[in-house]
Amino acid sequence: MNHADLTQYLDYLLIAMLLAVGFAIVRLRNLFAVVMLTGVYSLLCAAWFVSLDAVDVAFTEAAVGAGISTVLMLGAMLLTARESEPAGAGRHWAAFAVVAAAGAALFFAIPDMPVYGDPESPANAYVGRDYLEQVPHDISIPNVVTAVLSSYRGFDTLGEVVVVFSAALGVMLLLGFGTGARRREEEED
Amino acid sequence: MSPHLILRVVAKLLIPLIVVFGFYVQFHGEYGPGGGFQAGVIIAVAVILYALIFGIDAARRTVPPVAVRFGAALGVLIFAGVGIATLFMNGAGEPLNYLDYDALHPDQGHHTGQHYGIILIEIGVLTTVSSVMLAIFYAFAGRVPDIPDEEW
Repeated sequence: MNHADLTQYLDYLLIAMLLAVGFAIVRLRNLFAVVMLTGVYSLLCAAWFVSLDAVDVAFTEAAVGAGISTVLMLGAMLLTARESEPAGAGRHWAAFAVVAAAGAALFFAIPDMPVYGDPESPANAYVGRDYLEQVPHDISIPNVVTAVLSSYRGFDTLGEVVVVFSAALGVMLLLGFGTGARRREEEED
Repeated sequence: MSPHLILRVVAKLLIPLIVVFGFYVQFHGEYGPGGGFQAGVIIAVAVILYALIFGIDAARRTVPPVAVRFGAALGVLIFAGVGIATLFMNGAGEPLNYLDYDALHPDQGHHTGQHYGIILIEIGVLTTVSSVMLAIFYAFAGRVPDIPDEEW
């Protein structure tokens, strides 16, 4: 159990850093700094997922959250202001009440959580165990995550791809195909 | 001498490596972490890095927005098409199901059909995800005038 004892301090450190970055994001006005810190937040999340042995999720978080979202948010920020407006004091208290209530509910639920790594927890028992047992017989590929994503849940993944496609459709319908602003400049010349 | 020379040299070194890593993630997805989603993002990032360093117009000449729009739809069609193909190919003589890859190849012992199906749909995922990321980037970046060299 010595091994587990050491990695749990790494987890505490990562969670503490996540908290610090979260507070910094809330406090900062400069949107450029906020966008960069959300990238840092995603990278810390990815490191934490690696520590939890969820490498596929960590990989996606690092590529999408820390990589491409940051670039897209920077692009979006260039279209708006560089500084955020200060929020009204009244809204602070309403938001604080909601956050405090949700946080209290989460703390109330902690005793019902399964122990970390518990093989009998709902996430690990039932279908999770069935997948681990059946993949070598049904699909015979080593990565169970890929087998679940592409084969057992192929229809879900098709739905996700359609969602990604519709995201592009939505952005293109709202912002145009990225040629409108340029063409207008040329016409004005 | 061109401005930000170091950035350009480093980017030229990095972009091929990023693309190769993207394809590694794509085709190694059955054995290690990764798959079409991650590979698509990585390959889109290579083009976005090119656009950031060499300008959006150079990137548009390399990967035209028309190809990006076409690719976004093509990937979905590849994925859905594999499902339709499994409806019509009955290699195993079993009941036909949408996206049941076993129908793609008669060799049931080694699950060859499953391997074919997973590789095909991952190519569809790669095409759509990389195209969509680039399309969104082009849509945002196309509305902002390029930052002049002296403001870097």
